[in-house]
Amino acid sequence: MAEAAPAQFRKRLVTMQGALPWITTPILLATLVLIWDSYVRLSGISPLILPRPGAVWSAWLEMLRDPRAWHHTWMTVYATLTGFTYATVIGVVLGVLIARIRWLEQTLNPFIVATQVIPKVALVPLFVLWFGFGITSKVIVAAVLAFFPILTNTAMGVKSIDEGHRDVMVSLNATRWQVFRRLELPSALPFIITGLEIGIVLAIIGAIVGEYLGGNAGLGHLLIARLNAFETDQMFAVLIHMSMLGFLFYFTIGALRRMLVPWHASARIRV
Amino acid sequence: MTQPAITFDAVEKWYGTRDEPVHALAATDLAVAEAEFLVLLGPSGCGKTTLLRMIGGLIAPTSGEIAIEGRSLWRGGQRQAAALSDLGMVFQDANLFPWLSIEQNIALPLELKGVPKAQRAARAQELARLVGIQGFEKRWPRELSGGMRQRAAIARALSYDPRILLMDEPFGALDAMTREAMNLELQRIWLATRKTIVLVTHSIAEAVFLGDRIVLLSPRPGRIDMVVDVPFARPRAPDLQSTVEFQDIVRKLRHRLAEIS
Ligand SMILES: Nc1ncnc2c1ncn2[C@@H]1O[C@H](COP(=O)(O)OP(=O)(O)OP(=O)(O)O)[C@@H](O)[C@H]1O
Ligand SMILES: [Mg+2]
Repeated sequence: MAEAAPAQFRKRLVTMQGALPWITTPILLATLVLIWDSYVRLSGISPLILPRPGAVWSAWLEMLRDPRAWHHTWMTVYATLTGFTYATVIGVVLGVLIARIRWLEQTLNPFIVATQVIPKVALVPLFVLWFGFGITSKVIVAAVLAFFPILTNTAMGVKSIDEGHRDVMVSLNATRWQVFRRLELPSALPFIITGLEIGIVLAIIGAIVGEYLGGNAGLGHLLIARLNAFETDQMFAVLIHMSMLGFLFYFTIGALRRMLVPWHASARIRV
Repeated sequence: MTQPAITFDAVEKWYGTRDEPVHALAATDLAVAEAEFLVLLGPSGCGKTTLLRMIGGLIAPTSGEIAIEGRSLWRGGQRQAAALSDLGMVFQDANLFPWLSIEQNIALPLELKGVPKAQRAARAQELARLVGIQGFEKRWPRELSGGMRQRAAIARALSYDPRILLMDEPFGALDAMTREAMNLELQRIWLATRKTIVLVTHSIAEAVFLGDRIVLLSPRPGRIDMVVDVPFARPRAPDLQSTVEFQDIVRKLRHRLAEIS
């Protein structure tokens, strides 16, 4: 009986901790918006440089009602997801191979490091030159940016498989496929998902940067168009729109993590 | 006389390390009879795990010949899977898969052998009860204590009823009471199934209580120092441990162990 009270208290504390972001995040957000609004009002800064939050908000609501804005959104989503899918398939397969085949790793490693080090965003104009102003160049930029974290995390995941676990599979006479399916894949999955989490964010960046530099579609294009027209409040609206998209993708991967690797410590951290 | 379950013919093991090679096991001959309960005893680092892992085909001998039920374990540097098909292993660490529930861990060998799901679950439940972790079948391994995890690992090795069971200090993580209960349980399983068991332990009393034969290894390099036959009838009761005959064997082993350590 004496233990019941602290246990109950602790339980309430844990639920409170779970609910905490739901309270703090809106407060923090409201404070930031308030500071922003006060700054614009008090400093007398031109709304062409920094519009008031209210104006941005109504510009965004207007944007949500505009079918052309949704067309642009769809183009960005399409480029992001297509690029991300290519990056995932190639990254995971190559990552597994590199982790398992010594000579392949040794052969490819210099190139992987080199391509990691090169600022890939600087290559975007080149992709536009090669693959045109259409959607293809955006897909490729998204794929190239998302590819490396997926590759390296997959390889690391496959390499960090516990030797003791391998012994279990060997002692059970498991086939190569069984070792892959029952040990290597589940063991590497938390790492792969971390790669996907970084990859999806980079894929959006890739798609948008691609749209900045060429073509006439996508949220990146829309943002530049609004900038050139000095419609700063609408430009901010596009910015908010992009961020929402980013959140959506990121949280989808987070949900995937909780679904696929509930046993792993990473599934218990909520970001 | 049937053929031995396990034979070592001049088996030697060197480990290659960064500086100089380690002589883990000097040329060793050993035969473990069918349905025998053999215990490996010896000071830390004398090569017990090395010997057991070689039986299990996890590492290859540097030279010499290992055969399981008359079948060579290695041929031309290739492990012969057929020789290992009836072998279960319990490791020094539980080595449960953290992404599988306790029940799925226990049933893993059955899954690999293609046993249907319902049958696997039933068998896992039965084994969980046997090793005393019933009620925890649906938990993740990390939610169990070290001793409970080790018991789940024992259940896993038993799940497909292998004829040969290799156990590397399986009870090291257990408290004295549970350990005694598990010793009795292991004896019961052995009496019921007549498996060939090779058990590694640090506990002299456990060795004498469980073994038909005790192989004492001495270190640097590891080699067989002494083989002791344990004559007590089965089933052996815990009270056996306080008899003079039991104590005599324990004392003999303890003295020899002190000399070679
Ligand atoms: N993978 C390895 N590489 C190099 N040396 C090793 C390796 N495994 C074991 N050894 C060495 O071989 C010797 C025997 O080791 P082994 O693990 O078989 O001992 P053990 O009798 O099981 O000891 P313990 O009772 O502490 O578990 C030790 O000197 C150890 O350092
Ligand atoms: Mg050992």
